[in-house]
Amino acid sequence: MRVVANPRGCIGAGQCVITAPNVFDQDEDGIVVVIEERPGDADLADVRDALDLCPSQSLALTN
Amino acid sequence: MSNPAQLVDFPLRRPGQPYPPKQYADFRSREGLVWSHMPTGAKVWLVTKYDDVRAVLTDPRISSSPRHEGFPSVGRTGGVPNPDQVPGWFVALDPPDHDRFRKALIPEFTVRRIREMRPSIQEVVDHRIDGLLAAGSEADLVHDFTSAVPSLVISALLGVPHVDRDFFEARIRLLVTMSSTHDQRDQATREILRYLSRLILVKQKRPGDDLISVMLASGTMSLQEISGAAMLLLIAGQETTANNMALGMVTLLLNPQWIGDERAVEELLRYYSVADMVALRVAVEDVEIGGQLIKAGEGIVPLVAAANHDSGVFERAGDFDPSRSARHHVAFGYGVHQCLGQHLVRAELDIAYRTLFERIPKLELAVPVEELAFKYDGVVFGLDSLPVRW
Repeated sequence: MRVVANPRGCIGAGQCVITAPNVFDQDEDGIVVVIEERPGDADLADVRDALDLCPSQSLALTN
Repeated sequence: MSNPAQLVDFPLRRPGQPYPPKQYADFRSREGLVWSHMPTGAKVWLVTKYDDVRAVLTDPRISSSPRHEGFPSVGRTGGVPNPDQVPGWFVALDPPDHDRFRKALIPEFTVRRIREMRPSIQEVVDHRIDGLLAAGSEADLVHDFTSAVPSLVISALLGVPHVDRDFFEARIRLLVTMSSTHDQRDQATREILRYLSRLILVKQKRPGDDLISVMLASGTMSLQEISGAAMLLLIAGQETTANNMALGMVTLLLNPQWIGDERAVEELLRYYSVADMVALRVAVEDVEIGGQLIKAGEGIVPLVAAANHDSGVFERAGDFDPSRSARHHVAFGYGVHQCLGQHLVRAELDIAYRTLFERIPKLELAVPVEELAFKYDGVVFGLDSLPVRW
């Protein structure tokens, strides 16, 4: 599974960073950065939580 | 599609109810939404189910702007300032107007920035506790601690001199009290804006590393907009944090087994949801939410405390239980307006609880919990005072 973020929709809430810190970070402007595009199974559960928590719905998982 | 049920009056929190109103469970069990009367006489849709609240807060056909006809107000005399009255009041703007403000401020509220601020928050908390201990063995924690800490933190962040705390607190109180008159609100708003405009002129000449200077340097906001945005941050940063901190103190005193457990903060945010009715909205097109048709021009009040006590989403939602995962609560809202300062709030609550109970282990309530003065007239729920001793 590949993690995709939409930086244009991102509002910098940072929910992803505290939910899946191995996969997401924020850049200097507070916008989401994917630091691990293809996370292992251990991190995937956190990524799914982050998808649900993202208030601007700017995250997705694709094959 | 269900027909509107009978009209209910709102707000519903009544003396003796420190927790979200019992009627919310009844509302959630109904089909569709609840058609309600506000104190101003206006009718609005109350949204109480978790999924419906999230749907309202993310639907682009639903606006945050009081410029639209039908926008609700929770106070008896009017609610949030209009961005025409207070430029820079960006919670009441829709995208793309809203985005310019959020973009300028996000870098100062990232997870990393707030982590860097923890030592200075710790210093504020320690200093206040030194003061409590030096003054004796009893205190009003609201006045001496839970209001003071967020006020000191947000003032420092904005670059507002803290010696003027009393000036701001008196005026902010009028703005967050539902029964304030129009004139009281207008005057308080004018006085705060006048103070901030003068401060901004000073910072133009001598910039610092504070938020007002950051907004000035961004070059994307007018001086009036910076005053309005600073006023918004000052109120939001103080009122919600202070009230949550005070209510949480009571809960931790009554449930000491959770003191020091980091999960308590998230559960307390969910449990009290102090900004229950702050996220006001209006439909700008016809839209269906939870099977209910909302027509363009009808006001909507998504109740975050009701959503956070939805037992379909949070098992035994009425219990305070930090062992649950409460992360998906909507106490900070949802959608593009989700609280900008949420990580700051978490850091302040965590440091305050941890340090206070560690340094004053004998802390206890000085009055029975039933006698505490809860803010039933507040736009944000909380406590007027919290007498303790040790």
